[in-house]
Amino acid sequence: MNLRVEGGTIHGIIGENGAGKSTAMRLLYGLLRPDTGEILVDGLPRIWRSPLDAITAGIGMVHQHFMLAGPCSALDNVLVGAEPRRWGLVDRRQARTRLETLSRQYGLPVAWDRAVQDLPVGIQQRIEILKLLYRQARILILDEPTAVLTPQETNVLFHNLRKLRSEGKTVLLITHKLREVMEFTDRVTVFRAGRVTGNLMTAETNPQQLADLMVGRKVLLSLAVPEARPRAETAIAVSGLSLATETTGRGRLTEVSFQVQHGEIVGIAGVEGNGQSELLQALLHPRDPRCRSRGSVQMLGQEVTHWSAGQIRALGVAVIPEDRLREGLLPERPVTENFLLGRHRTAAFSRGGLLRLASLETAAARAAEEYDLRPNEPHLPAGRLSGGNQQKLVIAREFAGKPRVVIAAQPTRGVDVGAIEFIHRHIVGARDQGAGVLLVSSELEEILTLSDRILVMFEGRIAAEFRRGEATERELGLRMGGA
Amino acid sequence: MVTQFLASTFRVSTPLVFAAMGGLMSERAGVINIALEGLMLVGAFGAAIGTHATHSPWLGALCGMGAGLLLAAVYGLFAITLRANQIVAGTAINMLALGLTPFLCKLLYDATGATPSIPAGERFRSAPLWISWALVGCCWFWLGRTRGGLWLTFAGEHPAALDAAGVRVNRVRWAAVLASGALAGLGGASLSIFLASFFSRNMTAGRGFMALAALIFGKWRPIPAALACLLFGFTEAIQMRLQGVPLWGGKPIPVQFIQILPYLVTVVVLAGLVGRSRAPKALGTPFDRN
Amino acid sequence: MRRVLQPFLAVGLGLALGLLVTRLAGENPWRVLTILVKGAFGSRNDFGMTLFYTTPLIFTGLAVALAFHTGLFNIGAEGQLTMGALAAAMTGAVWPAMPAPLAPLLAGCAALAAGALWGAIPGWLRARRGSHEVINTIMLNFIAAGISSYVALYPLRNPDSQNPETRVIGSGYVLSPWAILGGAPLGLALPLAVGAAGLVWFFLWRTTLGFELRAVGQNEAAARAAGIDPGRVRILALSLAGALAGLVGVAEVLGNAGRFRVGFSPEYGFIGIAVALLGRNHPAGVVAAALLFGALHKGAADLDLETEHVTREIALLLQALVILSVCADGLWNWVFARKTSPR
Repeated sequence: MNLRVEGGTIHGIIGENGAGKSTAMRLLYGLLRPDTGEILVDGLPRIWRSPLDAITAGIGMVHQHFMLAGPCSALDNVLVGAEPRRWGLVDRRQARTRLETLSRQYGLPVAWDRAVQDLPVGIQQRIEILKLLYRQARILILDEPTAVLTPQETNVLFHNLRKLRSEGKTVLLITHKLREVMEFTDRVTVFRAGRVTGNLMTAETNPQQLADLMVGRKVLLSLAVPEARPRAETAIAVSGLSLATETTGRGRLTEVSFQVQHGEIVGIAGVEGNGQSELLQALLHPRDPRCRSRGSVQMLGQEVTHWSAGQIRALGVAVIPEDRLREGLLPERPVTENFLLGRHRTAAFSRGGLLRLASLETAAARAAEEYDLRPNEPHLPAGRLSGGNQQKLVIAREFAGKPRVVIAAQPTRGVDVGAIEFIHRHIVGARDQGAGVLLVSSELEEILTLSDRILVMFEGRIAAEFRRGEATERELGLRMGGA
Repeated sequence: MVTQFLASTFRVSTPLVFAAMGGLMSERAGVINIALEGLMLVGAFGAAIGTHATHSPWLGALCGMGAGLLLAAVYGLFAITLRANQIVAGTAINMLALGLTPFLCKLLYDATGATPSIPAGERFRSAPLWISWALVGCCWFWLGRTRGGLWLTFAGEHPAALDAAGVRVNRVRWAAVLASGALAGLGGASLSIFLASFFSRNMTAGRGFMALAALIFGKWRPIPAALACLLFGFTEAIQMRLQGVPLWGGKPIPVQFIQILPYLVTVVVLAGLVGRSRAPKALGTPFDRN
Repeated sequence: MRRVLQPFLAVGLGLALGLLVTRLAGENPWRVLTILVKGAFGSRNDFGMTLFYTTPLIFTGLAVALAFHTGLFNIGAEGQLTMGALAAAMTGAVWPAMPAPLAPLLAGCAALAAGALWGAIPGWLRARRGSHEVINTIMLNFIAAGISSYVALYPLRNPDSQNPETRVIGSGYVLSPWAILGGAPLGLALPLAVGAAGLVWFFLWRTTLGFELRAVGQNEAAARAAGIDPGRVRILALSLAGALAGLVGVAEVLGNAGRFRVGFSPEYGFIGIAVALLGRNHPAGVVAAALLFGALHKGAADLDLETEHVTREIALLLQALVILSVCADGLWNWVFARKTSPR
């Protein structure tokens, strides 16, 4: 891999999951050591033995999942590892003074004494950036920084990045969002399968070309979806759903009401953290003591507000969870057992308390064929499949019962481009067979492609509603940001 | 009478306070310490034989610390370096201590029951009590004001962040586990050469676990945990006072029921917390950079 | 391959380390090993005693293994078996005139129920209050010791004996030993234990409830999302585990002593942890591991008699070393990585 970054620029790094961008950055940052080749900083070859060496050379990284200890103060989080000391004790006052100067210089104010877990995500990101500036980093690597920001917060971030650039800092921006690359970077490098497939000036390229370099073949950026034919019956009806969190008392869901008819796809758009997860919890686990919700939920004509999760599933509700490894699969168990999960009480697989293993094997084998699971080994632990195949397994299992309600959360997260199309087609297929589909996704393109109706969630409320074709990305982005 | 009772409570809590501070070090750094019981036991044994040999309680206490340190090193090897399941390894360490101490006792004194008695002049009269509370203060100060304390907290809350900041997480954890061994060893020492005058088989009788419960009850903070130790010490002190005292209709409560009081209280106390007690986030997860 | 090989290697390592310790005591490790093996398997009577010790270890091993499948640490097998044995003895002492075969069945049910209760309590505490079962089960061990001690010393005290034990049970309750292996008190309890292992296997891998139990242990969030109630499952798992441990009462009270003797258990509960770990929580592995530890126990008793410096506590030491060897994942990862690296 060859990479060349000019000083004082914003340089984009794009590629699919597993293309090698994170590995490349970890090499730059000192978390990994290269087998061959070398790294030159300002023309001088460098070898890192640990992130500490990289920091000393002026390279710092803001990770996608922030490296911040929740209960500790913002101040402590910045100075750990670089503590100023007086008489053997940590000199917090000195650190604070320096940080406040930096805050002013770069326009990044932070409440230093508050615990990080009490601060909003945008501020947490600022703390991460200031961590690097405090250690005099000259090259900042940001890994998917906008994944958790609204479009407006994103603009603020890039405003700050431009300021950093004007002060002579270099920024490496890892992202998968083509739009961001086009709008905010000076140059872009494309990764695919561990290699660099393109090194371009942003002004001289376009999203289609970048996508092709990422994937290696011409890819349809959006699926052609036939017109929906919604029925009169309601599949899901949510009314006045409200949920307060234990810790802050702030409403995480406030008076959420909507309906999903059979034969339509309703997409919930919104930046992560605006109540989507809570909505899913409330819909699927109403009895969970952690989510005491008010309001009512109806599914398939039944009042399920106080039902257990098992009872709701038994109605014929298919769920594609946000985090398939955490909520959808048993990674260490074979594919066949995973096919059983959630359906282990159905008559197909259970009789008199005993498992019907023979019928399980046949059903699983059939599904593996139909959904083209690779590799097709029924006894392989599910955790060894690729992201796309894992998701296909989940969908195969969930859709096998011809569900009347489908709740799909981030269905193509971490899934390679080839499988995305497959999954989208199956979701639309379920809709056309009469299911009511609720789609929750933070990928705007996915929402725009699949949804017959779009609901925008912002800070726990439904902020806007659009029919297919009524809204542009920009308008959605504005609504998602609360405008 | 009340002051006497209060004094008794403080005395009896001393081993618990030491052990709880030991557990605090380890658990705040992210390493579960079920082995406190075993660490206390070898500390009690080490202190007893040390004092018997040197006729000085201070040297004996040092031996107790050393014994705890050694056993903690074994625990650290398995829990940190070899990344074993920490609860399993901790239980094994407890069993190890339980088997090793009578074995060594037989070897040294040809008796499995107990070590020879130590005369009153060679035991502590009240020093461990003051030292234990001074220790609580030191822990509080150290955690809040020093670099090491900051590193310890991060090792338990977000070891990846600590690693990214250039600090070797497993080294911090090793230091923490060794410290917990030394402190728990002191707790054991205060059992055998302060509260008693010898080491007897399994004399810790669950105190290591009570210290752990006190730690959880105190939300992994030094002063609340120490106060929780006082609570358990209180039940132990009551237990000693109530033996033989007639309550219902003139008949005394059977001694066995009084003896289970501290254990019962532990269960009840833990049950009242409803998981609201927030453990250090990385507690129990071995740290591996990859 | 590794799954079968690792336990054997671990046992070897643990034993080797333990024998090294005896060297410190001035004993010849080779002699120690010989006495151990002869003590366990030397004569028919020896083997019978080994099997006698194996029986309760199968029960406690299953009790720990079953709980592990749900992700719970059952350190309370000791207390659960105490309560089970106490319940069996109480039934036999309070209704001595009951005839066989109703009598042992009743006592057996009492043992099951008492053990199940002693497992259900920490299960409930974990499921509904979130307090960790490790501490609760250990506390309950002490509480069980206290309660059983009281019962054996006061209300049901045996008037004919100086030892702290309950009255002798009625004759209808006794499961007479089979005189097939010398004088060892081996009887119905052993096939019962092996049968229990078979039932546990069937339950875990062939029933719906067993699947739910394993799913909760594998990935609680996924199980919850699939509609399984982890709390309910956990309470059930620990109750079943407790019941299994309680069956030791059948072996001890009905099949051996005919009464509850305070302190009869040489830490069967704790050794059960080692058994479960070594057997990798699989019922067949548990039976095999129980045999190994039963042999160790018998051999260690002989060691106590035949050597000057080694006492029976060496068994605990050896067991601890074996557990440590088994759980040193990092070590075995390294060993097995090297073995497969040339490609």
